[in-house]
Amino acid sequence: MSHAAATHTEGHHTSMGLDSRKMAFWAFIGSECLLFTTLISTYLIYSHRSLEGPYPQQILNIPFTSFSTFDLLMSSLWMVLALAAVQRNDMKWAKVWLMGTVIGGLIFLLGQVWEFSHFVEHGLTLQKNLFGTTFFVLTGTHGAHVAVGVLWLFTLWVRAMQGKLTSKNAMTVEITGLYWHFVDVIWIIIFTVVYLIQPVYHV
Amino acid sequence: MSDTHASEHAHPTAGMYLRVATVLFILTVLEVGVFYVPTFHPILVPALLILSAIKFCLVVMFYMHLKMDNRFFTMIFGGPLLLAFGVAMALMFLFKVFVLK
Repeated sequence: MSHAAATHTEGHHTSMGLDSRKMAFWAFIGSECLLFTTLISTYLIYSHRSLEGPYPQQILNIPFTSFSTFDLLMSSLWMVLALAAVQRNDMKWAKVWLMGTVIGGLIFLLGQVWEFSHFVEHGLTLQKNLFGTTFFVLTGTHGAHVAVGVLWLFTLWVRAMQGKLTSKNAMTVEITGLYWHFVDVIWIIIFTVVYLIQPVYHV
Repeated sequence: MSDTHASEHAHPTAGMYLRVATVLFILTVLEVGVFYVPTFHPILVPALLILSAIKFCLVVMFYMHLKMDNRFFTMIFGGPLLLAFGVAMALMFLFKVFVLK
């Protein structure tokens, strides 16, 4: 089913006929790629140069983080379902999927808070060693992005509850979705590089 | 202002979104499985990187609609992504995370 007819009725278009907000947002996402690449590279370079523990293989909890990964992937699904619902002007389901995405993001954030607390209890802090510094900066920056996304999604949900979100605002929801999916793809990389591959280097 | 413009393409259906989610779920299970099964440890790093790259592409192509959208968006995203990848590789070699033999 095509949802195109319901979209792009607001905003400005460039001379190429593309929505200017969407183009600007893709440029922003491109810049975010560079930001996260520097953080991931810094982690890979310095995390195994710690002079004292705790080390990654002693402290990273793969089953727990796998659950967080599933949660974020599911929230991405709910986000696209919310967009599809808005595009067909099915606001009842749009509200349901938007709230589902918010809850998915909150569960991820609560998991990260629990994980950070657990690490601090086991002696890993931002200042403890190079692993701690690079790990907390990388995952903390990602978590901050998730928190911004949750707030953004929540404001969309509030607008939907007020009846101010319709298929005319589909581009707004699509741009919010772009941000949310970007946060998801960054986590896909972090989960692999930090949690699954990294401990192997140190065994 | 015309409502019809170059970026206007049909988005995937809910069914397609669900199929992509199923594949993402299976790939994540495979990732975790590969991590825990000792047989796969000799190929762990390339296997995980490939699985991760597939997941990355699926989300970007279908959930972020790059597959259907105007190619210009792919260029805006792909350019910095390639630059970022190049910078990361250069840093890995400079700091001897990867060592050429």
